[in-house]
Amino acid sequence: MSDLHFVRSEMLPERAPPASTVGVVGWMSENLFNGIVNSTLTILSVAFIVWAVMGFLGWAISPTWAAANLRDCQEIVAGHEGACWGVIRDRWKQLLFGFYPQELYWRPILSFVLLFIALIPVLFAMISRRMNWFLLLAVLAIGALQVGGTLGVALAVVLAAGAAFVGFQMVTTNKADRAEQIAAGAKRLPNPLIFSVLYPFIAPWLLWGGSFWLPIVALLGFVLGWAAMRLTAGVIGTLGATILAFVVPVLWWLFAAAGFADVAHGILPMGIEAVESRLFGGMLLSLTIGVVAISISLPIGIVLALGRQSDLMIVKALCVGFIEFIRGVPLITLLFVASTLLNIFMPKGTNFDIILRVIIMATLFASAYMAEVIRGGLAALPRGQYEAADALGLDYWKAQRLIIMPQALKISIPGIVSTFIGLFKDTTLVSIIGLLDPLGLSNTIRAHTDWVGIYWELFAVIALMFFVFCFSMSRYSMYLERRLRTDHR
Amino acid sequence: MSSIELETHADRSKMSVSDEVAIEISGMNKWYGNFHVLRDINLTVNQGERIVIAGPSGSGKSTLIRCINRLEEHQEGSIIVDGTELTSDLKNVDKVRSEVGMVFQHFNLFPHLTILENCTLAPIWVRKTPRKEAEETAMHFLEKVKIPEQALKYPGQLSGGQQQRVAIARSLCMMPRIMLFDEPTSALDPEMIKEVLETMVELAEEGMTMLCVTHEMGFAKEVANRVIFMDAGQIVEQNEPEEFFNNPQSERTKLFLSQIL
Ligand SMILES: Nc1ncnc2c1ncn2[C@@H]1O[C@H](COP(=O)(O)OP(=O)(O)OP(=O)(O)O)[C@@H](O)[C@H]1O
Ligand SMILES: [Mg+2]
Repeated sequence: MSDLHFVRSEMLPERAPPASTVGVVGWMSENLFNGIVNSTLTILSVAFIVWAVMGFLGWAISPTWAAANLRDCQEIVAGHEGACWGVIRDRWKQLLFGFYPQELYWRPILSFVLLFIALIPVLFAMISRRMNWFLLLAVLAIGALQVGGTLGVALAVVLAAGAAFVGFQMVTTNKADRAEQIAAGAKRLPNPLIFSVLYPFIAPWLLWGGSFWLPIVALLGFVLGWAAMRLTAGVIGTLGATILAFVVPVLWWLFAAAGFADVAHGILPMGIEAVESRLFGGMLLSLTIGVVAISISLPIGIVLALGRQSDLMIVKALCVGFIEFIRGVPLITLLFVASTLLNIFMPKGTNFDIILRVIIMATLFASAYMAEVIRGGLAALPRGQYEAADALGLDYWKAQRLIIMPQALKISIPGIVSTFIGLFKDTTLVSIIGLLDPLGLSNTIRAHTDWVGIYWELFAVIALMFFVFCFSMSRYSMYLERRLRTDHR
Repeated sequence: MSSIELETHADRSKMSVSDEVAIEISGMNKWYGNFHVLRDINLTVNQGERIVIAGPSGSGKSTLIRCINRLEEHQEGSIIVDGTELTSDLKNVDKVRSEVGMVFQHFNLFPHLTILENCTLAPIWVRKTPRKEAEETAMHFLEKVKIPEQALKYPGQLSGGQQQRVAIARSLCMMPRIMLFDEPTSALDPEMIKEVLETMVELAEEGMTMLCVTHEMGFAKEVANRVIFMDAGQIVEQNEPEEFFNNPQSERTKLFLSQIL
């Protein structure tokens, strides 16, 4: 029998999928109501969510915004459970800025806005140079206006003119035309990364104030180091020059920089009002510590991870020792060391800023974790990548920079961002050594007779503020992972 | 072991061997810990030679050619490549590496860079070629391996055969005088093996000095001027391909050939 024989006589036409699998109904029946257990769970979960949200909203929607103190609130809600939002209206500035002088709030705000402008060229590949410079010049003009005085106003006018010029260009020449001009040899605007590099010097000056010469001498240290390396590399070899590039700036900062700044300030006094560290607080403090520690812990982490893989026994031992020690000690301990012990080791009379000390400890702490995260990325790279780089004649540093690190860091993005988020939330621990981060402030606020007994309102708002930053970081990391995906597109 | 039939016969007219010595290995020994992996290797390769290295798995073929660009270090004897002795002096190592191209079994392309960037990276950073010139050279070699249209894609988007041809182009962009191949086709499907082998035949026809670890005996017959048989870390037999296949001398060679042909 030829039952096995089959020849198709007619090709089948394409059909739409069954209605029960497409659209909202299809999706729901597939994902939410497929089977009795699944349906029951769906209904229970929805009921629970509704109950929780209703409960929260019932508490949160409470017309107590205007209340001047807790008693007011209690009168307004009259026996019901209800939030007392008056405390937020009364103290929101403190939650954001601590005891930073009110008339100088523009300085942290300006630093914060500039932070984003400095980050744009680093984090995103989608905004044009012109747009970047326009934003920067415009924001700086507003900042200069705040400084006031003839100089400030004059500066503001110049900056605004610059912004207007770039803005005008941007409106009148579209992207394609501009690309053509550039191809024909038109000069491009300078790379906005220049500002990203300068930002670490500008922001501390804006926040702490003082002589304008301070950021200049700080920057000068790096310039000197670079110059020392360039000038001596031919004479004493690369290794010697590299060591000099570290030693010269450190010597400069330790011994010459302060004197130089004083002299320069004597000749040409320029500066803004100084603000003491003990006035810093709230989100301002958390962000200052968090941003600095985050941006420094990544490069240190990379160096530690590479050191841990090094063939040089001493380098390796040092890195392993450092990483294991830091990871073995709670952050709180390190913060206590920062707040008390560190002063004992410093020469008598040095006033080593408490925020700086805390930043150093938080950075070291995060670096150790970062190093391990990056080591994971390095371990995930196949040996072949190293071999291909070697075989092409790339030396160790070039291979690391061009081949190994880009891939290892990409693999480690989720871990790196987790470490960032963890670090940022850990900044609240500084309240334990008496700094007034948002949590520390909540205690201070509660100590006031008006607001004794307030808890949840403050915590909810603080949680929300942290959530905004942490969630943004998390979303950014997902965006970055998508952007860097290079396989099977 | 497959034996892919090459469609065209290689044109041997330009495959001339010069008197100039390209690689000279003498009395070379290598150990992995206590394991004596290469034993007393003596090998002289002239400019323009195409050498195929064959042998059973674990016989040290890969280790031998990886010693030639110092991906592995040897402990005894000397290796001189184009007049430069391989020692622990990094300058020599870099010099040799920039003159010797290598193609790996698993391609080892850089997945985070486009095909074009893969090809221009080393010329730009090692040879300091201007970007524009490097890109022109890269396109030239990508055309040679017949995939210029893929230049802006990423390695992950290419087939295995295409990736291996990119790897060959990437090596050629450094203008090497010697090319090393470590089983360039053994991770590929038959269809792709052919495209890669054809590229290699073309390269041989242009007079490139080649050392090639492969099990493709068709390729050896077509292109090689010498076949080396290794076993247990030693060179057991070497001969012209004709003689090697038709008239093997040693028992080990006979056994090996009977297994793969
Ligand atoms: N890094 C290493 N450490 C220790 N032993 C090794 C190492 N690499 C290779 N070997 C050993 O050295 C021997 C030779 O290895 P090699 O890779 O050169 O062989 P091969 O001839 O290329 O084999 P195959 O055909 O399987 O690729 C093998 O026995 C292998 O186990
Ligand atoms: Mg091998």
